[in-house]
This record gives sequence, C-alpha cells and structure tokens, in this order.
Amino acid sequence: MKRLINQRPGRVSTAALALLPFVVLALFYMFASDARLAENPNDKLLPSFSTLAESFVRLTTEPSQRTGEILLWQDTEASLRRLAQGVGISAAIGLIVGVALGAIPLIRSGFAPFVAVLSLIPPMAVLPVLFIVFGLGEVSKVVLIVVGITPFIVRDLQQRVQELPRELIIKAQTLGANSWQIVLRVILPQVVPRLIDAVRLSLGTAWLFLISAEAIAATEGLGYRIFLVRRYLAMDVILPYVVWITLLAYLTDFLLKQTSRRAFPWYHTGEPGR
Amino acid sequence: MTPRIRFENVWMTYGDQVVLERLNLTVAPGEFCTIVGASGCGKTTLLRLLLGEETPSRGRILLDGEPLPAEPGPDRGIVFQRYSVFPHLSVLGNVLLGLELRASPVTGRLLGAARRNAQEEAVAMLEAVGLGQALSKYPTQLSGGMQQRLALAQSLVMHPRILLLDEPFGALDPGIRRDMHELVLRLWRENNLTVFMVTHDIREGFYLGTRLLVFDKLRYDPDEPQAYGAGITYDLPIGQADSETLAAVLGRPGAAASDRPPAPGLQR
Repeated sequence: MKRLINQRPGRVSTAALALLPFVVLALFYMFASDARLAENPNDKLLPSFSTLAESFVRLTTEPSQRTGEILLWQDTEASLRRLAQGVGISAAIGLIVGVALGAIPLIRSGFAPFVAVLSLIPPMAVLPVLFIVFGLGEVSKVVLIVVGITPFIVRDLQQRVQELPRELIIKAQTLGANSWQIVLRVILPQVVPRLIDAVRLSLGTAWLFLISAEAIAATEGLGYRIFLVRRYLAMDVILPYVVWITLLAYLTDFLLKQTSRRAFPWYHTGEPGR
Repeated sequence: MTPRIRFENVWMTYGDQVVLERLNLTVAPGEFCTIVGASGCGKTTLLRLLLGEETPSRGRILLDGEPLPAEPGPDRGIVFQRYSVFPHLSVLGNVLLGLELRASPVTGRLLGAARRNAQEEAVAMLEAVGLGQALSKYPTQLSGGMQQRLALAQSLVMHPRILLLDEPFGALDPGIRRDMHELVLRLWRENNLTVFMVTHDIREGFYLGTRLLVFDKLRYDPDEPQAYGAGITYDLPIGQADSETLAAVLGRPGAAASDRPPAPGLQR
C-alpha cells in the first residue's frame, strides 16, 4: 500500500471524485426539501427541484408583466455590464499604476505608502460617499467595484514586477534599452499574464461589491432581484439566481484561464497537468 | 594602445566591510580573463563594477580611456548563470530584441525591410551558436546549455566591447560544459572579443582564455575578517600556468576548489 500522499486517482475516478460533493449536496437538499414539504406543502424555504426548475424556466422565457422584458436576461445583462466595466477599469489602472510603482523607484518611493494606506479603506464604508458624489445610477456601482479591487491589483502587479529577475532588467540594459523600452518590451509583456491571474483572484470580490451595490440601490441586476424577492421569501427565485451567478463567475474565470493559456503559452509551460 | 579596461586603485566597501582593496588591473583589447577565487572574495563585485551596477568607493575604472558609465549599457554584454534570456520571447525574438531596441527608441520594434535585415543578422548569429533549428521555440523549451547559447548570441549580436560571463556554465553537465568551452573560445577568436569570465571551476579557468586572475584576501585579521578586502593574488598568463603554480594557487587557504586535486592533463 502506497502512502496516502502518493496515491493518485485515474481519469475516471478523478471525474467521479469531483462530482461527489455536488451529488451529496443535491441529495442532502432533496431529502431536506422533501421532509419539509411533506409536513407543509406550502413551505417556501426549501422548494422542490421541480419547483426550482419551473421557476427557472419562467424566469428565462416569460416576459415580466410589468416591463415586458425577460427578467433574468435583463438582470444578467445589467450586472455583467457593471462587472465588466468595473473590472476592466480596475485592470487598466492596476496595470499602469502597478508597473509604474514596480519599475520606477522614484514613483515607488513617492506613492507606494499612499497606495498601501488607500487599500486599507473598507470600500463599503465609502459607498455612501459614492452614492452622494455619483448619484444612485450606474456610475456609483461601477466605482464601488473599482474602489474595491483596484488596490489589490495594483499592489499585486507591483509585487510581480519587482519579482522579475534582476538579471533580466540588467540584460535589457546591456542590449541598449532605455527605461521606456524596458517597460514596453520586457516588463509589460511579462506581467500581462500575471495581470490575468490577479483579475481572476479579484473576481469574487468584484461580485461581492456588485451585489452589495445592487442590493442597496438599483432597478435591475442580479443582486437587486435577489434582495427584492427576499421580502416574499421567494426561495424559488433566489436559489436559481444564486446558481446562475455562480455559473457566470465560473465561466468568466474559465474563459480568462483559457485566454491566458492561448495568448501566453510561454507563461504556462511547466504547469501541473500539462 | 589604450587598454580596453583599466582599474586604478579601486576600493569597494559596504559600510565597514571591505570587499575589494587596492585593485589595479590593465586589460588589453582581445584578452580573455578568467577570474577565480573563493566565495565572497569579490569576483562578482568585480563583475558588477564592470557592468556599472556598482560604482567604486574609491579609485576609478576606465573603458578605452574614458570613465566607465555608471549604469549597464550596450558596450558591455553579459551572460548570467540563470535568467539571461527573456522567457516571453522566442529564440529569434530574444536575439532580435537588441537590434530592435537600438533602431527604434519609441516602439522598440522594427517593421518591413528593416525587420528582415535585422532578422537575417539574428539568424546568422543563432546559426553561429548552433541554434539555427530552434528559431521559434521559447526558452523554457530549451535545455540549459541551449539557453546559454541563446544568451551568448543575444549579447554578441550587439558587438559589445567587453563580454562579461558570470559563471555561465556553472549549472551545466560536464559534457555540455566542454561543448560550451569550445563555443566560447571560437566566438572569442572570431569576434575579437575582450572577455571577463567568473568561474568557480579553477580547471575551467586554466583551460580557457589568455589570463587567469586569482582573487583572495591580501591581508587577513582573524578577529575582524571584514576589515581587509580581496585583491588579485595571482595574475597569470595562461601559457605560464605550470603545475607548480597551479599547486600553489590550489594550495592557498581559501582559494577556490582547494579541496580538489589538480586534474592530470591540465598543466601545459
């Protein structure tokens, strides 16, 4: 018998092991839901799978009576737009500021402590300020995401730039590079895949701030809908929405990972499982 | 003739620690100096001084009669033991980079005919180091020896006035290392280079080049080992490095590779 740390599952058992927790969770939910519904058929807390499926079909196909739009798509579009804008702006700021802080000692000395202090401001604490300054519209929600994740991306990229081997920066200078050329041809291309890593890590936080902002003031959006139907205990809407949000988050992460592998093959050689 | 490199009474100190002291050295164009010595004896500091990464605490260094610039530049090429090539560029891209940087200060890229010319030059250089078949590979797909070949090509395509080698073959297998010795000697002769090579392997030092510089402490205070710096204790033209000298160098306490007996066939 091999040691536990040396036992590796085959392909089939890897898939089976990966599925196992999902199946267990689904079974657990099913039994709990059955038990509650057996006692009270009108129970709203744990709706049955068939109710959930019906409600999901209704959400994705039937137009709302009030607006004529299909709610799930409308909410998804609104939320994804805010998320993409917020994350996009954060990534752009993160790349520019992170590279500047990491590559240029004069800028680092001047601004790194400032960025470190800024990153400690709890974003939710400044949400009222954002609402006051930017109003209750789209801008304040996007800005909350930016405020929430930019400091992390900036500091992570600064770290990644400083971790580039000193030898490479010296070598570039012996090839005649000026500071701008070093940033453009040596540092930037090497930190873009690391930026994708940083964005992937911050996506969960971005969703957190998006849903918080939508819960407080919005007229559409996935977070808005969940918090709206909460007052009717509409678990048959909330649960499909949560699953849908999770699926969207997973797909975004997967797409970013694949993009990185396609675009930067040199960065991914030597990864496990390849 | 103006010496290529001239150290005039150079001292290097960090706080109260003296690393190099009273260093005087004149190197003519075309010389191949190998530098050996125990760890912490200032070999790497010497290389950093030549690169311009460090400036001497006292004294001065002249390159072709002019004060050495205080930062790395295209007149001095370098190959490190590791991280000498850019992982995000292909083999061809790595050699092309220097040519592109020189010709295009703003974008750092060449287009059209200028790019084709540069490419031809880069390919010729890569063929000279035996990498003509690997142009589109990335460095991570190359073996250690091939990466160092690439690093040499990348530096030499710029035609530097000095080539600095910082233990370039330290991480390679003995067989590969022998091939690399042949390559470096050939490139040195063909391109009329001035080479400074730091090595841990004293046999490598005796085999390669025209001049062996042994670094060691000139004075030693057991109570305060940092009080005195290292200097050149042996400065040998390779032709005169007979077995007695080799034994003397190896026998010095603290000298590099002192635990290893001189290999037969090494003495000339």
